[in-house]
Amino acid sequence: MSEILYPEDEAALAAALREATGPLQIMGGGTRQIGRIAPAQALSTRRVQGIALYEPGAMTLVAKTGTAIEDIEAVLAAEKQRLAFEPMDHRAILGTSGQPTLGGVIAANVSGPRRIQVGAARDFALGVTFVDGTGQVLSNGGRVMKNVTGYDLVKLMSGSWGTLGVLTEVALKVLPVSETQATLKIHVTTWADAVGCMSAALGTPFDVSGAATVQAEDGGFDCLIRVEGFETSVQYRASELTQRLAKFGAVDVVDDPWAEVKDLRSWAALDTVWRISVRPTDSLRVIDLMQDLQKEPGFHCQLDWGGGLIWLGLEAAQIANAQAGLALHQALQTHVAQLSGHATLVKSGFLRDQELCHFQPLGRAIEHVSQTLRKKFDPRGILNPGRMS
Amino acid sequence: MEMPQPNSEILSKKAKIAAALRAVLPYDAVIDDPSETRAYECDALTAYRCPPMIAVLPATTQEVSDILKICHREGVPVVPRGSGTSLAGGALPTADCVILGVAKMNKVLETDYENRLIRVQSGRTNLSVSGAVEEEDFFYAPDPSSQLACAIAGNIAMNSGGAHCLKYGVTTNNLMGVTMVMMDGEIVEIGGGYLDASGLDILGVICGSEGQLGVVTEATLRILPKPEGARPVMIAFDSNEVAGACVADIIKAGVLPVAIEFMDRPIIEICENFAKAGYPDCEALLIVEVEGSEAEIQDQLDRISAIAQKHNPVELRQSQSAAESAAIWLGRKSAFGAVGQVADYMCLDGTIPVSALPEVLRRIKELSDHYGLRVGNVFHAGDGNMHPLIMFDANKEGDLELCEAMGADVLRLCVEVGGCLTGEHGVGIEKRDLMEDQYSAEDLEIQMAVKDVFDPAWLLNPSKVFPLSVSQSRRAS
Repeated sequence: MSEILYPEDEAALAAALREATGPLQIMGGGTRQIGRIAPAQALSTRRVQGIALYEPGAMTLVAKTGTAIEDIEAVLAAEKQRLAFEPMDHRAILGTSGQPTLGGVIAANVSGPRRIQVGAARDFALGVTFVDGTGQVLSNGGRVMKNVTGYDLVKLMSGSWGTLGVLTEVALKVLPVSETQATLKIHVTTWADAVGCMSAALGTPFDVSGAATVQAEDGGFDCLIRVEGFETSVQYRASELTQRLAKFGAVDVVDDPWAEVKDLRSWAALDTVWRISVRPTDSLRVIDLMQDLQKEPGFHCQLDWGGGLIWLGLEAAQIANAQAGLALHQALQTHVAQLSGHATLVKSGFLRDQELCHFQPLGRAIEHVSQTLRKKFDPRGILNPGRMS
Repeated sequence: MEMPQPNSEILSKKAKIAAALRAVLPYDAVIDDPSETRAYECDALTAYRCPPMIAVLPATTQEVSDILKICHREGVPVVPRGSGTSLAGGALPTADCVILGVAKMNKVLETDYENRLIRVQSGRTNLSVSGAVEEEDFFYAPDPSSQLACAIAGNIAMNSGGAHCLKYGVTTNNLMGVTMVMMDGEIVEIGGGYLDASGLDILGVICGSEGQLGVVTEATLRILPKPEGARPVMIAFDSNEVAGACVADIIKAGVLPVAIEFMDRPIIEICENFAKAGYPDCEALLIVEVEGSEAEIQDQLDRISAIAQKHNPVELRQSQSAAESAAIWLGRKSAFGAVGQVADYMCLDGTIPVSALPEVLRRIKELSDHYGLRVGNVFHAGDGNMHPLIMFDANKEGDLELCEAMGADVLRLCVEVGGCLTGEHGVGIEKRDLMEDQYSAEDLEIQMAVKDVFDPAWLLNPSKVFPLSVSQSRRAS
């Protein structure tokens, strides 16, 4: 495949799309190679970059999509603000290099642990400019907090993985950085207690901003519950939560673990990783299935979003062969469909060359709507074809 | 306001269509007597009225599906209706349409506190969703001021907001899933008890699509534990500019109140005369509300007060009790009613960047002088969602048209400074003809292409959102 195309600005990008004669692989910094990536000419938004506007008093930032997330975070930090949806950095788990970009975060709707409290990346996107598959530059939304003028294509573009258009500019809502945080660790012995503990914490009025569970070394589980805000308020809420959650297990205050929870850095060496979204208490049923199918070789599991987000991982040694891996993948997607939710294969060495659905297959009617939408936005089918299948 | 000519061919089939609908619905769920269809002639934008050909009141998703199949087959336009509280004419019928009201569909289908969600039929009112989970100290956050009456169906159609969305977001941020009936009668499930879409975010585009893509019959909504308490502080200033600067400083300081409400002098005076809330004599008034435990509330109010003091307020009053909180909110909450006592009014909801606030207020005053119509401003300042109330006399020849012309100028001003035509009420018919001021032809074309996907024959609420001239060829086909 020829070298990556780097259009210098939006106009050049639009021209490149108009002139394209075949499929394109749309990318930002190339750090999230998730989904089916067909061989195609790569086109990166990386040089379409720069912060166009930042008004801290209006909690609004507008930037070109090739802008590195770390550059945006630095500018925000200088005004004590942040991207509250806490986008995950996939580089560790996927073994990629390069810079995660704003465009990638929005195109993949990437959020982190705080999603449970404040919403996803798509909830913070106020407006988008994008180039459709014919090379037209289109806009939707704006840069104000509330906007119901016409259809909300900002949501449609968020999480569309470059299959509807190439994002060139995004307006974001930003939020103040909290003065401080406190994280409680509650040690429990079963997954059921872990989900119960997280659910209890999220059911209090104490504004929990993170509720995750990781496997502990002793075979038990550590529930991690975060509160953020002003010092006195954080102390108060941490202490109230400590009392209410003590019935689940020993409660300790621990150092901030959330970068590790968010980025799954310790999972870098795993061969295969799934990301599953279900109703939080249904996470137990997914874990049950895994325990039935993988009891002997074992598996890795981390829960986030109070149990609503399940990360499942397998070491290479925990998969007998590609056939077994494929059967497991299909069993997971079938089970998750029955529960109502979705399972995405984030990475896999074993399954790299297998014919499979990386994203959860959709119902017939919604699949039809999705395909028809793609034809409207990208009539030639040149934008990341098949990426979300 | 122009609406398309009713289709005489459809009108001539009225008896046949009514009979077909009665074959799938209980007899009293089909209303075709002109003396009764008048009940559906308008929504809360009462300046425009038109009785529908037929109104139907289904009780189940299956009945909605049966209705839409018939209308699809017969080529009859369908206007979905929640409780009819739209301020934008979102539920205004055409003479040749079937109004599909979901008011009978008001059941709670499931409450799940462990997973913090509720599933309801879409005709259920906003406030009664919170009512259904109150005993467990939960609530549904979006709180449009019509929440006593407005239906979740309408909230989803318009992506409704409310005073407290600075912290909790609007409908789209609290909507997890829907059961929707497509125009051809197919029933689809989109989203559910889990977070985020697996494929394209179809739910995100359904929310706020003004009943043009499908009829939502059930919704899964996020519910939240109620905060321990809430209290406001009222801060009075001698200029709009200073009040605006204070809002920006509060936000920059990292305090995130649940609401920041702004009232200007005309509104303060009208509200004070009406409600006797004890508001001071001043140019601008902020009501800032925070939540939490007693100590947390006091801490936040002290931080806000310290910021406000730097702007030399005329008066600053921290509520110390439920009674004082009620007094502070009384005037604000009676604002629309109070203005209604002194004049007819049109309520706009253009949204602007908070930084443009002083300029926009100044220029609205200039427009008010130019048109000779009084304007009061009351709005959600934290998110720039304005609510200019333009006062006029409906009995005076030409006054409504004058008011509409001024309203259009105010909304163009909102767009000019980087804002938008509507922050929470929706486009409906009210701002339909201004859409070209905000969007290019291509931007409107791609939105209409989305409607083509869901409703190729343009039968669902077809004369709304897009200027008639722009949607003409699609509606005619």
